[in-house]
Amino acid sequence: MFIKEKQNFPISQDSNSFEYPQNERDVSNLIKKFYKSNIPIELIGSGSKRKMGKALQCAKTLCLSKLNEIIEYLPEELYIKVQAGTLIKTIEDELKKNNQQLAFEPIDFGYFLNGKSDYGTAAGQVACNISGPRRFKVGSVRDHVLGFRGVNGRGEIIKSGGTVVKNVTGYDLSKLICGSYGTLVALTEITFKVLPSPQEGKTLIIHNQKVESAAYLLDQSVNSSNDISGGVFFPKELALTGYTSNIENTFQLNDLKHEGSITAVRIEGSKNSIDERIDNLIKELHILHLSISILQLHQSEIFWNKVKTLELFSKSKNSILRIVIPPSEVVNLSYQLSNKFKYYLDWGGALIWVEAFELSEEMFESIRRKVVKIGGHVTMIKNSDYLPYVEDVFTINRERFNISQNIKKSFDPKRILNPGKMYTGI
Amino acid sequence: MPKIDRKLVARKAEVVSELKKIIKDENVLHHQDETRPFETDGLSAYKQKPLIVVFPENTKEVSKILSYCNQNRIKVVPRGAGTGLSGGALPMADSILLCLGKFNKILDIDYKNRCVVAQPGVTNLSITQAVQDKGFYYAPDPSSQIACSIGGNVAENSGGVHSLKYGTTTNNLFGAEVVFMDGTISRLGGKTYDSEGYDLLGLITGSEGLLCVITEVTVKILKKPQTVKAALIGFATIEDAGNCVSDIIANGIIPSGMEMMDKALIHATDNFVKAGYPRDAEAMLIVELDGIEKEVEELIERVHKIAKKNNSSNIKISKNEKQRLKFWAGRKAAFPACGDMAPDYYCMDGTIPRGKLAEVLKEIRRLSKKYNLPVANAFHAGDGNLHPLIMYDANEKNSLEKTEKFGAEILKYCVKIGGVLTGEHGVGVEKRELMCEMFNNNDIQQQIKIKKALDGSSLLNPGKVYPILRKCAEEGRVHVHKGKTKFPDIPRF
Repeated sequence: MFIKEKQNFPISQDSNSFEYPQNERDVSNLIKKFYKSNIPIELIGSGSKRKMGKALQCAKTLCLSKLNEIIEYLPEELYIKVQAGTLIKTIEDELKKNNQQLAFEPIDFGYFLNGKSDYGTAAGQVACNISGPRRFKVGSVRDHVLGFRGVNGRGEIIKSGGTVVKNVTGYDLSKLICGSYGTLVALTEITFKVLPSPQEGKTLIIHNQKVESAAYLLDQSVNSSNDISGGVFFPKELALTGYTSNIENTFQLNDLKHEGSITAVRIEGSKNSIDERIDNLIKELHILHLSISILQLHQSEIFWNKVKTLELFSKSKNSILRIVIPPSEVVNLSYQLSNKFKYYLDWGGALIWVEAFELSEEMFESIRRKVVKIGGHVTMIKNSDYLPYVEDVFTINRERFNISQNIKKSFDPKRILNPGKMYTGI
Repeated sequence: MPKIDRKLVARKAEVVSELKKIIKDENVLHHQDETRPFETDGLSAYKQKPLIVVFPENTKEVSKILSYCNQNRIKVVPRGAGTGLSGGALPMADSILLCLGKFNKILDIDYKNRCVVAQPGVTNLSITQAVQDKGFYYAPDPSSQIACSIGGNVAENSGGVHSLKYGTTTNNLFGAEVVFMDGTISRLGGKTYDSEGYDLLGLITGSEGLLCVITEVTVKILKKPQTVKAALIGFATIEDAGNCVSDIIANGIIPSGMEMMDKALIHATDNFVKAGYPRDAEAMLIVELDGIEKEVEELIERVHKIAKKNNSSNIKISKNEKQRLKFWAGRKAAFPACGDMAPDYYCMDGTIPRGKLAEVLKEIRRLSKKYNLPVANAFHAGDGNLHPLIMYDANEKNSLEKTEKFGAEILKYCVKIGGVLTGEHGVGVEKRELMCEMFNNNDIQQQIKIKKALDGSSLLNPGKVYPILRKCAEEGRVHVHKGKTKFPDIPRF
């Protein structure tokens, strides 16, 4: 690890506090040693999402980057089994050779955390369980993990699941591991379900809509039989201070007009069916009289890449929030966001990404109260210099905390794996 | 099963009286004649009357019952519609059977958030029926969907014939209200696509009633596809049919359903519903595709070509909805059709890698000869889920034991070639002793620790899913060497 990178981490550590296990047995032996000597450890893959969650104060860091091989890829069985530290880029490059993909669209926080694309590792994606725009159609990371191997907080190697889609043998621990931010298991192996890549994709853009009509159009599109695979809304941007990027310089595409807001719907599938579905949508949404445009294959791909990599927040110095809500609540909630913030809707209106300039802890907690009231949750994805620390990065209530604490103890009784990364006491 | 608590059985009258303080008198059944209908579930080879049957009417009552039982160390077995095929709702002589039959209402149909909130006793099919007038449906469709309850679907993570494209219950669930053994009521998930924190909803789905009792479910509904078409394809050999399945997937086509039946079942089901199946074929595929019309036409054409390339002997494409449903009628009647072939049948449920299908069927044929028991095979070919139906006569001495051994050998073979013990029926009591085939000591211990974390005294549905060594050893299913078992530290429930 380079000195500069190390300095960027919340807690600077000496290089001798880093351990680089070469295989699963090493991971197990190291954790057994730390378990015996009560040494808390931080787990990282490539470090791409290390700044997420609460800052850790661990004596040791276990870096899984050397576990980076594809173990088995059987395209006709629709799975790929990889070592936990394998880069997502390596996996996707391999899948492309057979026109397959990780359908959940791995998320990329590289742009706003470090200024450049960085999908990180398989384990990082699983640990965070944050999925891209296709989520509402195909499910999240958790719906694409068929099985795993890993080491629990006692240093024991455990496994769950398998390589097949239909499997109800024992508890589905793959689900529990997804989104656990490395607090239950040090992953060593992951089996992902893979799916064929769509032949083509195009994007229908409706210009200059207000949030109410955009939310309605997205809702109608998701609810139609046209099988859309993405639905986003970028509101018209006001001249705001404190932001490094804007829609115009982020989405520079030949066929994309910049006339106020952008409501975009993605249609993927066979070449012939896409045009028919776009025509259907235009009719069903009654939008022929509105300003619309269509992004063809290549531009469409670039557009959605920029959505899933959150390029709009590139090099941001502000707080980044992720708000997941029932889609019916999106308009009301968007009204309640400060007009000093930038936001956009994803997942057809079920997800709001917010970049918040000069967000105070009180404002954050006020947003959280509103979000929880409507049945959603908010996560502080990135802190800012203005608000470098919040007590509760994630949202949880007392009874779920108690259950989660018991689950944590069953995997990691001495709380040595990423202690406090999600919640104080877990 | 776990040792019977004789002291508790002796205290039955007192327990009945206490339960009647929590719920209405008429919702507590305790006479032999009243409890007899509940002595078994869909795995009718196993029977045991419960001590008491209770029918709570709301979540608070469930919470109070569980809390009382937890304090008094009384075992509780939850039960939905009792259609499970692995004995997951099999009562114990000293247990209270907690039936969710009175939780039978759909609470909210929320088209805006594309979900339905239902009580757990609502049947799977009635969710689709409640939303179909607006063109929506609930995707998972187990064969028992007319009778099985949605709460049971969550407990077992039920699948169906369309899981290849639309997933199983766990992929179609937004939220649940659950009650833990200490009486704690908790809401997991809601009406959002993802939840934060540990995915407890994912954990309880498929946990077979061992971790909590489900009292409310929120499921995702989908818009019905514009067009659905099915192809009925016959093959002269099982190998060709298996290769065709792999070839369809390898060509980037994900059908909404892809089912296979062998010759024995083609004949049995065709006799049963006159579905027009190719009776001379050794194997038959139903390949269903959905989407917009143009896409479906295009895909059907591609499937047609792939089938021809793989030496199909017969292809029919559904011309209309009536014919498509007729294609399915035989497949959906596979289990009852077996009733025509033998007095009893035993349905197995392993999942295998698709490419190993021919190999597994060859092994099943070998075992069929070895045990001298006929087998018919239904197979969710798209997702590798195999249902061999072993036919036997329960009146013959030791026939059930012989059948179970045969079934166990099939499942062991599934695991050996990279598959799993159960794809959708659950482990229950049926496959409990086979868990050691798939998991080692560490794996099982970790799962048991999770159980203990949520149900400290192991009172909720004990004796299911995880092996009881004494029984394993008695039945010779676990190797005991010099008096030591392979997994000496697995606790007994």
